[in-house]
Amino acid sequence: MASITIRDVRKSYAKMQVVHGVNLDIKSGEFVVILGPSGCGKSTLLRMIAGLEEISDGTIAIDGTVVNKLEPRERGCAMVFQNYALYPHMSVAQNIGYSLKVAGIPAAERTRRIQAVARILELEHLLDRKPMALSGGQRQRVAMGRAMIREPKVFLFDEPLSNLDAKLRVQMRSEIRKLHRRLSATSVFVTHDQVEAMTLADRLVVMNGGRVEQVGTPAEVYSRPASRFVATFVGAPTMNMLEGTVTLDGLSLLGDSRKLNVSRTGLPVGSKVAVGIRPEAVRMVAPGTPGALAATVDLIEELGAGRVIYVDLDGAPFSIVTSETVHSEPGSAIGLQFAESDLHFFSSETGGRLDVFKASVPEPAL
Amino acid sequence: MVERTPILNFLTHLILFVGFVFCVAPFVIVAIAASHNLKDVNDVPMSLLPGSDFWVNIKTAWTTADLGPKLLNSFIMAAGVAAGKVIISALTAFSIVYFRYPGRTLIFWLIFVTLMLPLEVRIVPTYAVVANVLSPYQAIMDVTGLSWLIEKTSGVQVQLNLGLLNSYTGLIMPLIATATGTFLYRQFFLTVPDELTEAARMDGAGALRFFVDVLLPLSRNNMAALGTIMFLWAWNQYLWPLLITTDASHATAVTELKQLIPNVGGAPEWHIAMAGTLIVMLPPLIVVVLMQRWFVRGLIATEK
Repeated sequence: MASITIRDVRKSYAKMQVVHGVNLDIKSGEFVVILGPSGCGKSTLLRMIAGLEEISDGTIAIDGTVVNKLEPRERGCAMVFQNYALYPHMSVAQNIGYSLKVAGIPAAERTRRIQAVARILELEHLLDRKPMALSGGQRQRVAMGRAMIREPKVFLFDEPLSNLDAKLRVQMRSEIRKLHRRLSATSVFVTHDQVEAMTLADRLVVMNGGRVEQVGTPAEVYSRPASRFVATFVGAPTMNMLEGTVTLDGLSLLGDSRKLNVSRTGLPVGSKVAVGIRPEAVRMVAPGTPGALAATVDLIEELGAGRVIYVDLDGAPFSIVTSETVHSEPGSAIGLQFAESDLHFFSSETGGRLDVFKASVPEPAL
Repeated sequence: MVERTPILNFLTHLILFVGFVFCVAPFVIVAIAASHNLKDVNDVPMSLLPGSDFWVNIKTAWTTADLGPKLLNSFIMAAGVAAGKVIISALTAFSIVYFRYPGRTLIFWLIFVTLMLPLEVRIVPTYAVVANVLSPYQAIMDVTGLSWLIEKTSGVQVQLNLGLLNSYTGLIMPLIATATGTFLYRQFFLTVPDELTEAARMDGAGALRFFVDVLLPLSRNNMAALGTIMFLWAWNQYLWPLLITTDASHATAVTELKQLIPNVGGAPEWHIAMAGTLIVMLPPLIVVVLMQRWFVRGLIATEK
């Protein structure tokens, strides 16, 4: 159990800077997920915590000790790799126990601890097998066992589920979650899969282009995205974004072709904004309903429990998620309605979140 | 593209068969010649039906060339060279692939250059060094005036001398340095996933520990392949053993074969020479057969 403090951490390769000053506090026992598209520096950050990459600038402290100059083995971190990285020539038991062997722990003690870990992970019957003879999920569990046996202060996961098939991924996800509840060790989990991130995280760190865009609980990040990037990256289907200008009586959208009446936003008239609306916050109404945006149905995707309706708003892509039965055919006209409180405003220039209707909108429940 | 037609099948088998005959025919002729007596072996053309004196000839060859101790010498040398080459190339490749240090590229290219300097090219300087291993140091001391200084101050004349002629060390050492093996290992190490290295680092294994516990076991097939090839190569060495073994007790089987080859004016005992050849060919054959089983096991294990 340990806290991790990251201060102004930068990483450069030759002339290229890939991580631009990250600050992050991870509390003891917390499960933090770093989410971001590939190349956003999330893995690099994780590897700097592990000690596999040198820290170009700034400090990383584990439990108050600055670890910048420490070897990986001295940091008390264990890591689960994306491709498992099991030693192919060693049996499962040897793989799990290797770190203990290196540490010079006597064989009897080693066997006892291997057995204990294998019991937790249900690997007891596989201990003599080679990694080659295991399925993907089993290999994943061995990789976790190898991390667990050291009883590390910090668990680091580098996209550990991305090589599994969809069903197994869901299963391993809940196993990781259960395991964390059981061991309650500080965990940092890196992924580009937002469902994984939302379901696992106590706290979510969204990264983009080597910077942290937002830190918060999954609910916070979902309901109050701090930037346009976070808004569109988190959530599937992605949040609808409409470019617009603030007018006297509301908003003019999509190059003046649509008007939307909203109460006073508090933004200066004429400022350029992007208005975001989650697909599930959109209601479909009869065409011509006052205050509704007119649109044409493009495509309906049936998901069983619900359906995604892609509509055309003067060429702008827009999607709606609804659990109601839809009778519209592709090509038919419909109206779109949504509550003011479901609108997210972002600055067109900086992409940052704009706080609007401050007085009228209650803080979203966290 | 895989095509299966009877004509193509027949053709490919025919080509294989012709190739096989070409490869095996010389050995068959050697074996047949080894079974004839002195008269039959010198018939022109030689009868291709085996004679009856095979074991007699083998025995004669064995005693005449004193092959017992010579085979042992050959084996010690070939095994020593093979083992040395495997160890040296694994270590050098490990250093080149896994460590970042100044001059790494230079060292890599220096090793590369030695590919163009086989033993035959540098045989005179190599001989000079083996004759007195310390001669380069003597030269350095002479040139820098160090030996002069020592002689002036202490009155001792510096004469470093450590000869390795007529020794196993002298036979083996100069043949060990290998660029080919280093490259083979380098290529193999480059295919080992980085994550494995990182996992070992996370597990707390240092560089040497990683080398011994992970890299060496993983490169078993490599070792078997390189070891076999180098064993055969060293076994067949002729020039170097001939040069540095003046004393028959350190001569190798391959060089001693010349004892069996008829001299001008001597009896044309080709049947004995052929029998000796067969004996000398046998150990490498056994090594190949044994190692081949090893390869196959390794190949099955990594199959997937």
